[in-house]
Order: sequence, then C-alpha cells, then structure tokens
Amino acid sequence: MRLTKGEKIFQWFLIVIITMLCIVMVYPFLHVLSISLSTPAEALRPGIHLYPKEISLFAWERVLSTDSIWRAFGITVFRTVVGTLLSLVFMSMAAYPLSRKYLPHRGYYTTFIIITMFFGGGLIPTYLLIKSLGLINSVWVYIIPGLVSTFSMLILRNFFMGIPMELEDSAKIDGANDIRILVQIIVPLSAPVLATLALWAAVAHWNNWFDAMLYMQDKTKITLQLLLRRLVIANMGDPMMPVPTEEEDPAMVKAAIIMFTALPILVVYPFLQRFFVKGVMVGSLKG
Amino acid sequence: MNTTNAPDIGGIGSPHKKLKKSSGTWIDNVKQIGRDYVKNRYLLLLLFPVLIWYGIFAYGPMYGVQLAFKDFYIKEGIWGSPWVGLKHFEYLFTASPQFPQIMKNTIIISFYQIIFGFPAPIILALLFNEIRFTFFKKVAQTISYLPHFLSWIVIGGILITLLSPSTGVVNYILEIFGFDPVYFLGTEKYFRFTLITSAIWKEIGWGTIIFLAALSSIDSQMYEAAVIDGANRWKQTIYITLPALMPVIAILLILRVGNVLDAGFDQIFNLYSPAVYGVADILDTYVYRIGLQEFQFSLTTAVGLFKNVVGFMLVLTANFIIKKMGQEGLY
Repeated sequence: MRLTKGEKIFQWFLIVIITMLCIVMVYPFLHVLSISLSTPAEALRPGIHLYPKEISLFAWERVLSTDSIWRAFGITVFRTVVGTLLSLVFMSMAAYPLSRKYLPHRGYYTTFIIITMFFGGGLIPTYLLIKSLGLINSVWVYIIPGLVSTFSMLILRNFFMGIPMELEDSAKIDGANDIRILVQIIVPLSAPVLATLALWAAVAHWNNWFDAMLYMQDKTKITLQLLLRRLVIANMGDPMMPVPTEEEDPAMVKAAIIMFTALPILVVYPFLQRFFVKGVMVGSLKG
Repeated sequence: MNTTNAPDIGGIGSPHKKLKKSSGTWIDNVKQIGRDYVKNRYLLLLLFPVLIWYGIFAYGPMYGVQLAFKDFYIKEGIWGSPWVGLKHFEYLFTASPQFPQIMKNTIIISFYQIIFGFPAPIILALLFNEIRFTFFKKVAQTISYLPHFLSWIVIGGILITLLSPSTGVVNYILEIFGFDPVYFLGTEKYFRFTLITSAIWKEIGWGTIIFLAALSSIDSQMYEAAVIDGANRWKQTIYITLPALMPVIAILLILRVGNVLDAGFDQIFNLYSPAVYGVADILDTYVYRIGLQEFQFSLTTAVGLFKNVVGFMLVLTANFIIKKMGQEGLY
C-alpha cells in the first residue's frame, strides 16, 4: 500500500508514541536488574539505571547461596508442576461427563457447579474450613483448595462438546469404556486447549501468594512469592538469611530477589504469550 | 431400551437420548434412573470425585456464612456459637467508625479504576490498529503484555524501588524538572493516583487483546467505501471503528461496574501501609486485617456476606442489562 505524505508522518508519530510506551513497560525491569548487578556505590546512586556500569555479582551470590530462597523455590516449583497436572486431571474428569448429553441429571450437576461461580463463603469461613480440615501448614493447601477452576472447566467442557460423537461411538462398539475414551481419544484431541489451560494454571500457581500467607505458618514451607513479600514489601528480616555485611547494600539483594522471582516468567512469556492470547479469545467467546 | 446391565455398546443414537419421561409409576421412574446410572457408571465415576471436591471446598465455606449472624467462640465451633441476629450488620451500618470510610474508599478507587483504566486499553488498541509495520506492531504488543504476567508482589517490589523518595528514579526525574520529591506510596494525597497509574501500566497491554480481536473482524470493505466517500482516518475511526467496538465495550464496561466492590485486593494489599489506610483501606483488606489479624471472625464474615450479596445483585443486574441491549447474555 502506498502511503501519502500525511500518512507517513502519522506512521512515524505512532512509532514514536508506541516506542515510548515500550520503554515505560521495560525500563522498570532493566532498572531493578541493573541495580541487582551493580556495585553497592552504584546501586545507591539515584538516577537512571539502564545497565550496570560496574558489574558485581555480590547480590546474586548472596541470593543464590541462601537456603531459604532455594527451599521456597522448590516449594513453588512443586506446587506449580503438581498443582497444574492435578488440576488438568480433575477438570477433565468433570468436563467430560458434563459434555455428554446422555449423562443422567446432567443439568442438575452443571447447576450445582455453576452456582459456585456466584456464591462463595468469603475469606473467614474458607479459612475456618481449611483449618478444620487440618490443611494448615501442609503443602497440599497450595494444591487441593484450588484444584478446579470452574471457568477453565467450562471452557474445557465446551471444547469436549465440539468433538464429533462418531469417534466415541466407534470406540464404544470396540468395547472401550468412558474412562478409556477420555484418556485415549478425547484428551489427545484436546491437547491445544489443555495446553492453554495448563499455562493459565501454572502462571496462577507461580504468582499465588495469598494462600501461603493465610495457611502457612511453617517458614520452611512458604512459597517464593511470599518470601519475596516478607523480605521486600513487609521488610521483615529472614532469620535464615545472613545479615547484610557492610560492603553490600540491602537494596541490591532485594533487587536480586525480585528478579530471581520474576525471571522464570520473563524468560518463558515471549514464547508462550500467544497461547494466552488464544485463551482470552476462547474465554470471551462464551464460557 | 436396554434392559440388561451389560455395558452399553452404543447402538447408533441410543445412548445420546435424554432421560425418557416414563409414563409409568414412580417406581418405574426410579428403576429407569437406576438403569441410566448403571449404564453410565464410568462417566459418573469420573464426575463424582469432582462433585465431592465442590461439596467440600465450594459449598463448605457457605456453611460458615452463618457466623455473620452469630458470635463466634472457638471452643463452641461454628454450629455451637450463639445466634445474635443482625447485631453485626447493625454495628457496621450504624456504629462502626471505619465501615463508612471503607465503603467509600472501595467505591472511589473502583470508580477511578474504571474511569481512567477502562478507556486506556481501548485507546492503545486503536493506536496498535493503525500501525502499518506488522513486525514493529507484534514486538510492541508482546512487550506491552509483559507486566500482566507478574504478581503484584513482584510489581510492588519494583514500584517501591522506583518510587523511593530518596533513591527512586521517578523522584530523580521530578527533581530535574524542579519539583520536590514525593512519597508516592506513603502519603494520602498521592496514594490513589499511584494505584490507578500502576494498575493501568500493568494491564493496559493485555487489555488491548479483546479489542484488537473485535477490530480485526471489521469488514475492510467498509473502510474502502469510506475512503471513496472521502472520509479521512479520524472520520473512519469515529464512524466505523468505534461503532464496531461498541458491543464489546458495553459488555466489558457493564461487567466491570458489576464488580465495583472488587477494588483490587492484591494490588492494594502489597502497596499500602498504615500511613495511607485512610484512603486505601477497602472491604477486602479490612476483612483480612480485622478478621485474621484481630480475630473478629463474625464481624468480618458479615462484611464478606454483605459484599457477596451486593456483588451478586450487581452482576445479575449487569447481565440483565446486557440481555436487554440485545446481546447474548453471559449466563
């Protein structure tokens, strides 16, 4: 398409504005990253930090040699991997029967589940329930109460409904039962949707901190996000973390912990964001 | 009809029929249902564990809602604690020194988020839509999604670094232009501004997706016709693009207004401090602090119930309005 002169000016104007926006989006991360890699004197200097002028790995060594951080990292990886897998299993287990029109009392079961999207007990009753179930201070508190997302489950159900019945009928003639049909036919056909839902669940697990704050008093089992909150936002010292020595600045160590927590997502998201974008579309078309 | 209990091998059509309305006695009905359950036992075997999970983790907390009408004593448990009627609600609406302020904060913050935060992604989507350089556009979009994927704890940590009155870069820039340093997170005057701005920064890129999808579905012939009629870019935007976006905008706006009592717990909880409670404390943060840190379980259950009931009515109203507008409702 040939652009007129006015169009060209408009295009350049857009590019300038959008570039400025991108700088505003990226700069905060560069700033914190470069502080975490700077020497203490440089880290304390007010002003713009785009890259570390003198590189010092002090803060990162401190962070990467702290046991409590690795333990929290391990717990977070555990909840992300196991939580996501179990979520997918559970959501498929509900979505498949609910997608079959011949399931007896299908309408009642669907209503039973959808009602929970509108009503909830609220924070305090939920806390008392978790407490009475003995889940306080157990790592399973990260996984079991959030096992099923009704919204994701309904998206999955709608996808299952679109799979042609003939596949299922022929498997039944061959003598397969519903569980085998789900595992061997339906799930492989639904891989793209399952991947999208898995990514949603995984990011939610990685970023979740509230359940750890509510239910986890055992400091050895807290998640990375909560540890970050304690160290950086609530400014509580961590007894397991050595006191900063004089030549290092706590701001550098804090910056390194922030980047350590954000890094897995920062590294992965450019490659996976298109799945998320697709997910938004699926969700908006009608859950 | 299958009279045996053998697994149904699915003669074409037969398993897909709905439950037949039997014309016989209720005993026949029960027998029929029993047969259907046996026939579909594997499906039900898959479904029931999840239903039990819902029974415990979604319906279980609803049982505890009765605390809103009771005085909770840990020794007595939820069931044994004495009923007190509407005492807690009366206290909230007539005597509580904090509740009116908290309601006010919740609604004010939410409305600011809507007034400034809602149009922002629409404008950005329109800008993205005008860019002709596809590669640049893709890269810029990807970059703009970035903050969406991080938790408010990470973002909070970054904001604390950037906004620090002594070493923060924002105050450094303000000083270059001759302004006094501002404590963005610690003064009541600036706190809400900081909330709204940071929320826009985090979600503006992600928010464009749904509008860009709507934009891409506009028939390009409309623009071609408009160009022939002599409409310039601006006129095309006003008369073609915005009207095409209207249904999406209306639905999202109504839904957002339906959630007006959610002012953003994650964000506020990770950014506020006692110095700004006066302008920042919302329903959710109040419930957490007073409930779980000061152990006023009954009072805060009442606050939670109030929030749920009002929120539910607002969402229903929103859905009703959407349907009235001729759009497909959400539920």
